[in-house]
Amino acid sequence: MTRITRRDLGRLVLASGAFVSPAAMGQGANPIRIGYAMSLSGGLAANGRSSLLAHKIWQEDVNARGGILGRPVELVFYDDQTNPGTVPALYTKLIDVDKVDIVTSPYATVMIAPSMPVIMQRRMCYVSLFGAGVNEAFKYDRYFSMNVAGDDIKGTYGKGFLEVAFSLPTPPRTLSILAVDNEFAQKAAESVRHLGRQRGLRIVYDRSYPPTTVDFAPTVRAIAATRPDVVFFASYPPDSNGLLRAISELKVTAPILGGGMIGPQIAAVQAQMGPILNNLVNWDVYSPEPTMNFPGVAAFQEKYRARAVAEQVDPLGNYLQPFAYAQMQVVEQSLARVGKIDQAALATDMHANEFKTVVGDIRFSALGEWAEERNLFVQFQGIRDGDLEKYKKPGTKVILYPNNLKSGTLRTPYGAPA
Amino acid sequence: MDPQLSLLLNGIVSGLLLGGLYAAAAAGLAIAFGMLDIVNIAHPALMVAGAFLVVVIGTTLGLDPLLVSLLIAPLFYLVGVGIYTFYHHFFERRGEEALQGLAFFFGVMFIVEVGLVMAFGPEQRFLDPDYAFITWRLGEIDLPLRMLVPAVLAMAVVGLLILWLRRSFTGLAIAAVAQDAEALRLMAVDPVKIKRLAFGISVALAAMAGGALVVVQPVEPSSGQIFIGRVFAICIMGGMASLPGMVTAALLFGVVENVTATFYGPSWSPAVAFGWLLLVLAFRPQGLFGKAA
Amino acid sequence: MSATTIPVTAETAGPRNLAFWGGAIGIGVALVVILRLIGNDYGYFAGYFVLQYVVLASAWNILGGYAGYVNFGAAGFMAAGAYTAVALRKATGLDLIPGIVAAAFVSGLLGLGTGYLTLRLRGVFFSIATLCLAVVLQTLIVNWDYVGGSRGAYIVNPLEIPPFASWGEYMFIVMLVLAILTVGIARAVEHSRIGRGLQAIRDNERAAEAVGVPTLRLKLIATTLCGALMGVAGAPLPYYSGYLNPDAAFSLSYAVNAIAMPLIGGAGTWAGPVIGAVLLGTLQQAATVTISSALNLWIVGWMLVIFVALAPRGIMGWFRKRR
Repeated sequence: MTRITRRDLGRLVLASGAFVSPAAMGQGANPIRIGYAMSLSGGLAANGRSSLLAHKIWQEDVNARGGILGRPVELVFYDDQTNPGTVPALYTKLIDVDKVDIVTSPYATVMIAPSMPVIMQRRMCYVSLFGAGVNEAFKYDRYFSMNVAGDDIKGTYGKGFLEVAFSLPTPPRTLSILAVDNEFAQKAAESVRHLGRQRGLRIVYDRSYPPTTVDFAPTVRAIAATRPDVVFFASYPPDSNGLLRAISELKVTAPILGGGMIGPQIAAVQAQMGPILNNLVNWDVYSPEPTMNFPGVAAFQEKYRARAVAEQVDPLGNYLQPFAYAQMQVVEQSLARVGKIDQAALATDMHANEFKTVVGDIRFSALGEWAEERNLFVQFQGIRDGDLEKYKKPGTKVILYPNNLKSGTLRTPYGAPA
Repeated sequence: MDPQLSLLLNGIVSGLLLGGLYAAAAAGLAIAFGMLDIVNIAHPALMVAGAFLVVVIGTTLGLDPLLVSLLIAPLFYLVGVGIYTFYHHFFERRGEEALQGLAFFFGVMFIVEVGLVMAFGPEQRFLDPDYAFITWRLGEIDLPLRMLVPAVLAMAVVGLLILWLRRSFTGLAIAAVAQDAEALRLMAVDPVKIKRLAFGISVALAAMAGGALVVVQPVEPSSGQIFIGRVFAICIMGGMASLPGMVTAALLFGVVENVTATFYGPSWSPAVAFGWLLLVLAFRPQGLFGKAA
Repeated sequence: MSATTIPVTAETAGPRNLAFWGGAIGIGVALVVILRLIGNDYGYFAGYFVLQYVVLASAWNILGGYAGYVNFGAAGFMAAGAYTAVALRKATGLDLIPGIVAAAFVSGLLGLGTGYLTLRLRGVFFSIATLCLAVVLQTLIVNWDYVGGSRGAYIVNPLEIPPFASWGEYMFIVMLVLAILTVGIARAVEHSRIGRGLQAIRDNERAAEAVGVPTLRLKLIATTLCGALMGVAGAPLPYYSGYLNPDAAFSLSYAVNAIAMPLIGGAGTWAGPVIGAVLLGTLQQAATVTISSALNLWIVGWMLVIFVALAPRGIMGWFRKRR
């Protein structure tokens, strides 16, 4: 099992400069054990592995400060292989056999949902990572979500994108939608469809594509033929690459192009696409702009980047990694306030209080989502090559929405020569 | 030009280019599966392994992916010879190739795919040559070099292969081995040797396909999965032992997929393509271009 | 079925059947008692995981092991069963048990359809056709919004289900019963005239046809039975995980395991898939919670390669040789 042993902990404590002998640490240690499943292989492994690195960094930080409630923290995690079928068994193992003190979730909705029956039956307090609307079906009162989506995805997700579109000098009239067949992309598309109609846009193209698609040229061409003012894509890697390549090859231009593409947030895609990303308006969760310089996030990213290459994960950590760290911060702060491991008390505390995390101050709603959604819409600007250094600094991925985080102004259209 | 006509023409042309990639992926299989009767389901996985190697070597030495893929082809030839030797010793010789041989390649596919995850991590890898960002325009028709160059390479390699199979003695022996191994023996040719050679070539073609894949899209360890169904479909529709049939089927497959995507949306294109194959299998099992048994 | 068996076996069939069913039920009851004594739900969930593969592997074996027709589309049949259960619940509110019956019916029909394909397709062509069938089915499900499409479907289970100790135990017992029934059916088929007919088809289909074996009828029975039982294996899946999406239902691991398990255990015998499923399923479950990495799947791949190379008749083959 890959868990961090006490000896490792001792080494880490030494390494971080705290002069506690490993033996002393070992004797008094009755660790708080946090258990979860994570996709370390299979389709979601890229995000799963980088989340795990964020969790490890959090663990080291906490233990260097003397742990939680005077107890060191131990992570117990299993690989769910991106196979939802493994999840229920893993969580029964964690709770019933390993008897972990706290459980947190795997990454993404498709893996979180199968864990819910097990969690609910055991009445565990549960902080999840990047689930979208999981609790709409379960309505579990001890579920908390570390995701910017908020309660009402349909009513809020696409708001920022359309807000940006309607800030154009000539208001847009037509909208095209293309979404991959998966749960998050379909929810995103549904929201944009719904809000677009509300704002009087005519939907000139509205289709889905299967994740097995190899060539996007015909689809992109069919979209371009309808001449939409606003082009919305909800895609996943590696399809996002294929779409963007086809868009640049066919020289597609539109006043606003982008939407909910997952991929441009990731370093590998940024390196490969380079200037193709210019003027893309896209959904995001984090950007290293001055408006998002929350306490602790820079320090976290520095530690993360120092280790990312060796761990073969995303070298920038500008996407879900700070959220994975914040997920554990919620657990930490709640435990510190409650003072003991009491699932009911933890849940009450999480509902009642605000959390100060590396992704900002957070409150949870009755359903356990963020009380205020914070879907960002960013624009890539002034990119000349695939070098990644610029993504560590402000000005490359400027925030257009929401207004309280806004850090730049819209450049238009997409596809204009840079 | 009428926009609908332009869409149709571009759909067909982009389909032909996509078909070129499919032909690259299916070429090796047309030899292994079509001529040697070896159901190598691991072929797409080997192609992805080739792609990863291309990315690593190409990035280190700063070489073009297609060039690298040709350079590593001899290595893959040796891998193929190794796999065949094992396969022959344990399955073919015993006459158990049907079920056990299939399971063997299933296992090889898993080993390759998971081995790639362990060696390179789950992140996608890429290596773009400069020409991959250029698009030629012929009137209304777009020809992105990202798709065109791999397709041309595939056609050239397959063309040479067809010539070699028709003209050289060894080539004729390969074509004959599936039909009548005994006759070869009478000609003092060892069918096992011939099959080993041919299977080596088939795996070397996987390396070439890997290079083509790298030019077209970024690769991840599981990239091969979406090709398994397609390449087998193409071999069957092409009438198995015929390389020209395979190429025609690959091009048709690409065109059907892309024209469907243009006019009816991409969500139905796999169902159309595979539904079409089901029909071919049900009503013309010798393939579209095969001769009736 | 027993009426048609050859007299020689009929004499011993009675007591042997009794021994099988007695043994199977005895093992089943013992399992439930032991897991209750251990008293944690992990046993139930891990047990369910293994037992679903017992059903799936035994189902695959009826067609693949006895008749020699390799089905690559196990995940497709399983998903058809799972989605039948989802659709039935959504349409009528009927839950697990009726869902299993409906799944058997729908996947059985699907199996019957593939049976007609065998009229024309032999060997690997049939295998590729089943693979295509799975792709087409997945596209249909992804585009079928009623059962959630690509967004997936949620099934919220009750937290208590008397008289069972927990939902986990209930799921485990349901799957245990299904597994015993499936193995019983597979065994009955093997020892009946159907089984011998299927073996004749496997050995040489043309010769079998020539000596008057009703090959088409037998193949239709086998594909229908195989499809129905795979559907049965899938029907409880949405209830087990509370959520089902097409990626999970059509997961490649079902297709791989459905073939690997019977081959490792010994295809063509009713006990082979059971041994293979218990061994490989347990190994996978154990590897998941010990060496947590991609290594787990790697082991399955290597095991498969090594077993088919060194033990072509599977583990059952070793016993046969020794005797």
